[in-house]
Amino acid sequence: MTALQEVAPREPAAVRREALYFAVRNGKLMAGFGIVLVLLLLGLLGPVLFPGAPNEYGPKPMTPPSGEHWFGTTTFGQDVFLQFVYGLRSTFAVGVIGGGIAAVIGMVVGFVAGYRGGIVDEALNMLTNVILVIPTLAVLLIINAYLGIRSVAVQGLFIGLTQWPWAARAIRAQTFSLRTREFVDLARMSGAGTGRIIAREIAPNMSSYLFMTFILLFGGSVLIASSLDFIGLGPTEGVSLGLMLQNANQWSALQLGLWWWFVPPGAAITAIVGALYVANVGLDEVFNPKLRET
Amino acid sequence: MRRYFGRKLLIYGLTFFVAVTVNWMIPRFMPGDPVASMVARANVTKPEAVEAMRVYYTSLFGLDQPLWQQYVNFWGALVRGDFGVSIWLFPTPVSSVIMAAVPYTLALIVPSVLLSWVVGNQFGAYAARRKLLDNTVLPVGYVLTAMPYMWLAVLLAWAFGVILGWFPVAGGYSFSMRPNWSMPFLLDLLHHWTLPFLSLFLVALGGWAIGMRNMIIYELESDYSNYLSALGAPSRLIRRYAFRNAVLPQITGLALQLGVLVAGALVTEIVFAYPGLGSLILKAIQNKDFFLLQGTFLFIVLGVLIANFIIDIVYVVVDPRTRAGMAGAQA
Repeated sequence: MTALQEVAPREPAAVRREALYFAVRNGKLMAGFGIVLVLLLLGLLGPVLFPGAPNEYGPKPMTPPSGEHWFGTTTFGQDVFLQFVYGLRSTFAVGVIGGGIAAVIGMVVGFVAGYRGGIVDEALNMLTNVILVIPTLAVLLIINAYLGIRSVAVQGLFIGLTQWPWAARAIRAQTFSLRTREFVDLARMSGAGTGRIIAREIAPNMSSYLFMTFILLFGGSVLIASSLDFIGLGPTEGVSLGLMLQNANQWSALQLGLWWWFVPPGAAITAIVGALYVANVGLDEVFNPKLRET
Repeated sequence: MRRYFGRKLLIYGLTFFVAVTVNWMIPRFMPGDPVASMVARANVTKPEAVEAMRVYYTSLFGLDQPLWQQYVNFWGALVRGDFGVSIWLFPTPVSSVIMAAVPYTLALIVPSVLLSWVVGNQFGAYAARRKLLDNTVLPVGYVLTAMPYMWLAVLLAWAFGVILGWFPVAGGYSFSMRPNWSMPFLLDLLHHWTLPFLSLFLVALGGWAIGMRNMIIYELESDYSNYLSALGAPSRLIRRYAFRNAVLPQITGLALQLGVLVAGALVTEIVFAYPGLGSLILKAIQNKDFFLLQGTFLFIVLGVLIANFIIDIVYVVVDPRTRAGMAGAQA
């Protein structure tokens, strides 16, 4: 994904102050997080400010955007803006659940494989590679189709369970380089166990890296969820941006010229994921002095 | 070299084994009785027909036998190329339903994956040394990679299909035509193929361009580049070395991205109602045709594995270190 340099251990407080200094001056980071924040607030506050049932059929079908219906209405008279605002919520939820679970599994596998090495590493590496090669969407398809329980949480769970391998691989490589440093040796000599060394010595030294991994996993989860929704394996209750796209496609919004039905949800997904990627580049520059332009 | 391929083959073998096992396990260990639900869905009213279907499905699944026997049978059928019978297109075997769809999917995926990789790498390499190009390639690249495949497909279909009317927005060929090898039919195929191809090509393009740009910048700042320029080597030569080094991770990236690219092709096909595997999966899900779903799943896994294997061979050809047998550690 992103080119990542090795992390050098330094005084944590000083690093934090310096990072903050460069963070607020980094245009990419601020713009990226700004866009995500605006959409997040819209998703969180929207349903509170505009209560109503997003899937309820209305009296005026197929109207273009107007003062009454900001994003127009669907062929069934549903308010597209309401669907959009509620859909944002499930998109963020899937990103947090899917990205979070994948990040946790990726960290555990990556840390253990990288720190322990030897046969443990061989076994975990083999597992990672096997799951890496299987096309995720195909597995999710058959699991979702059989299971039939489709809520945002379950969807996020399965996405998280299948998305961790590349994160595990990247974290393993980083751990590998940290394992032989003096401060880790020191901790080992003072009798600390594996879990403690990983949690106290290794993880804090790559916290910025872990955060960036989570951001990429978040974006990936959002994209996978939208594909699943589009195929018709989305949540059966409620709305999501992917489901809006599916409905628009299924009820020929294209041929009928209802562009306001399929433009907003796709644009929001693109904006969220794109802004996260750009913010990630910004973060990279903040944490890595070599990449700073000024 | 032998070690490298030995490792790769082991991983592919294991992956295929896991995929088949998952495929076998899901209908058996998921909640609910697949046979009962399939009979119920078939909407048959005559009791003797219901009974016949129940017996048929039970023996198809081999559910009357012990578990290990079912597992062995599953593998046996697979080796014989027997994926069962489609429920949606009833007496047709799943394997022939899939075979009819595969050429369309391949015709979409192979050119779009290869072309986007080649063009993306070239763009990225140029962008790395031209400020103006860099400032356009980078933002456009990020927008393209962040786009869901089906959304770009929908936008293209809307712009070029509905508004401008240049290209058809659905199907693999016109309804008035029957598949044959005549010139008008091939042109018609190409006409229908353009938009789905374009949407797959564009989304993948952005990621490759960004990846290549970052790698080239990294390579141009590395010690060997500085050393070469200190020796007074022409910048053309340095760039050529940088490109050769930067392209290796991109080949690995291609292997890693294959699964995602295939998934993108599946949803794009659904947007354009293109008669490939993606549309087949949609129909299988809508009609609860689990045999068809399982068959396509295995087919996709097999396809991704074969493609990965080809990439591994290419990697050996391009990277001299692998030939020397040093890359055993990085599987």
